Amino acid sequence: MHSEISIESVWKLFGGSSPEWIEELRSGGDADQLHASRGVRAAVQDVSMEIHSGEIFVVMGLSGSGKSTLLRMINGLIPPCEGDVIVQGRSLNAMSVRQLAELRRHQMAMVFQSFALFPHRNVLENAAFGLEVAGLSRKARHDRAMQALERVGLISEARKRPRELSGGMQQRVGLARALALDPPILLMDEAFSALDPLIRKDMQNLLLELQAEHRRTVVFISHDLDEAIRIGDRIALMHSGRLLQCDTAQRLLHNPADDAVKRFFRDVDLASVLTVDSIAQLPQQQLVCELGEPLPERGDTTIYVTDHQQRLRGLLQADLGWVDVSAVRSLSMGTSVKDAIDVVATSSDPVPVLDDQRRLLGVIGPRQLLLSMEGGAQC
Amino acid sequence: MLILAAAHQAGWLGQGIDLAVAWLLANAQALFDVIKVSVLALVSMTEGLLEWPPAWLFALITAALGFWRVNGGFALFVLLGFNLVLSMALWSEMIATLSLVLTASGLALLIGLPLGILSARSRLVWRLVRPCLDLMQTMPAFVYLIPAVMLFSTGSVPSILATLIFAMPPVVRLTHLGIVQVPDDLIEAGRSFGCSDRQLLWKVQMPNAIPTVMTGVNQTIMLSLSMVVIASMIGGGGLGDVVLRGIQQLDVGMGFEGGIAVVILAVILDRLSQSFAGHRGSSLQTRLRGWMALWRSA
Repeated sequence: MHSEISIESVWKLFGGSSPEWIEELRSGGDADQLHASRGVRAAVQDVSMEIHSGEIFVVMGLSGSGKSTLLRMINGLIPPCEGDVIVQGRSLNAMSVRQLAELRRHQMAMVFQSFALFPHRNVLENAAFGLEVAGLSRKARHDRAMQALERVGLISEARKRPRELSGGMQQRVGLARALALDPPILLMDEAFSALDPLIRKDMQNLLLELQAEHRRTVVFISHDLDEAIRIGDRIALMHSGRLLQCDTAQRLLHNPADDAVKRFFRDVDLASVLTVDSIAQLPQQQLVCELGEPLPERGDTTIYVTDHQQRLRGLLQADLGWVDVSAVRSLSMGTSVKDAIDVVATSSDPVPVLDDQRRLLGVIGPRQLLLSMEGGAQC
Repeated sequence: MLILAAAHQAGWLGQGIDLAVAWLLANAQALFDVIKVSVLALVSMTEGLLEWPPAWLFALITAALGFWRVNGGFALFVLLGFNLVLSMALWSEMIATLSLVLTASGLALLIGLPLGILSARSRLVWRLVRPCLDLMQTMPAFVYLIPAVMLFSTGSVPSILATLIFAMPPVVRLTHLGIVQVPDDLIEAGRSFGCSDRQLLWKVQMPNAIPTVMTGVNQTIMLSLSMVVIASMIGGGGLGDVVLRGIQQLDVGMGFEGGIAVVILAVILDRLSQSFAGHRGSSLQTRLRGWMALWRSA
């Protein structure tokens, strides 16, 4: 996986900028004080991140955390005061106005929280806007816009005006307008935040479907942690213009960098975020024993028997003796804790967790299950 | 205070303006001649074009335009109104006034629209243009007539130029306003899809500003009409002349006839130009279908 977008220690101050103020902030100066004394707001402070090609990268933060500013620095709508953004190996700082326009026409497209559809154009003309700007002929752009509308399920609305559509449908048009360009990079600025919860979920599913069809690099801005966890391959947490931590949801839960990160996850439904492999522990007794070798005597507790490749062969239970793997109830890697509750609760022994090669990753008993729900960070 | 009072007594500002006009007359006569000849050519051409069709054909064409852009009732009004003007024997005066209005507002739009676009795109230009517009709008209309006469003598040319100055502010202001008030998120959307400045203007800003801009165009046309009537005092001719003669001869009937003709022209110009601001009722086809049904049932 190579990095499609790399953000290199960017700074953005609004209301005036000088290298001294940035230096002051860098050496531990207080951003609030700068705002009070000079009216300068530090929107993004020294943020660096690598966004890999083909992933959904969610930038998460509360309002005013600088996430939208950061997104606009990726397509150059807002130039950084310091630092640089590298897109597909090319520095945005080094680009001319024309090169920047070319980059936006062919490499990236943006979807807006407010939809930002053009009221004077019908749905089809809205979807074709990017292609029109890029200079395609009327026929070519309408064909491609129709294809994009088909993918979001709006073919029958092509001749309507945006204001005749519901919010969810309007955002589908916004998505089609971006998809029509077939860009390798999609920038989504709180794209689903203005929609009601059910429609939002539909749109999240649509995005995941589109991503399954054709992987793009998606940079998704959100203030909704559930959304971030649901769709994000990786999540960057921002607070007051600074990057707190950037990792997969699992690892953010397990290894929060500080209390600020922990606070983000306070209200999250841990059972649906955590997966069984992340809370599984090594069994108390494990034995490596190849097929054909004699089995040992049964012990006081259940013994988990694997071969040399760590593949589970079966269980040697204290009361029942040998149980072959085909008869053992197990959980596969990636199952959420929520879905594992039933299996774990009805098993007499800790349930083995296997990866796709049927290798033993660990076991889960009721104790791990309960501890994990008490607080993912502690277990 | 003393200096101010003394200056006031001497009428220094008025004298300064007098001097400036005298200087212009002495040194830039050639420029004014060129302007005079071109404006005269333009207005004669417009008048020739409007006089070319006979009155009945002109009325029919206007009524058809009214039916297309507004509605059937308005088309009927056009026919009745023009018939009234014709019966008052004021047709040629009305055509003269109309050609003055169209020439003056055409020139005002030719200058005003680009100026409005320019002021929307550059703060500096707007800062310079805005006080000029304030001055142009608040200065009593008659004041423009004096320098216009001095520079271009009497006739249609000074009338048109005085009208041009008086009528231009709304279209500049409303073009500026229309472009500036396009929502930021649309501008951002345009930019994010790689619009150049020119593409942004023509694909995003202008289409969204059109209703406001057309309101400005309508205002400019209406102001032109009111000023053209006043400009009859410097020999602009047309319906204003009729009104002026009515005043001079204390002939209430004549003044009223001229006034009615102005009103009819004003209503027609207003409705037609407003119809381009984007507030159209039902489409032409539905209305035609309605009329066909009415005709069949009768």
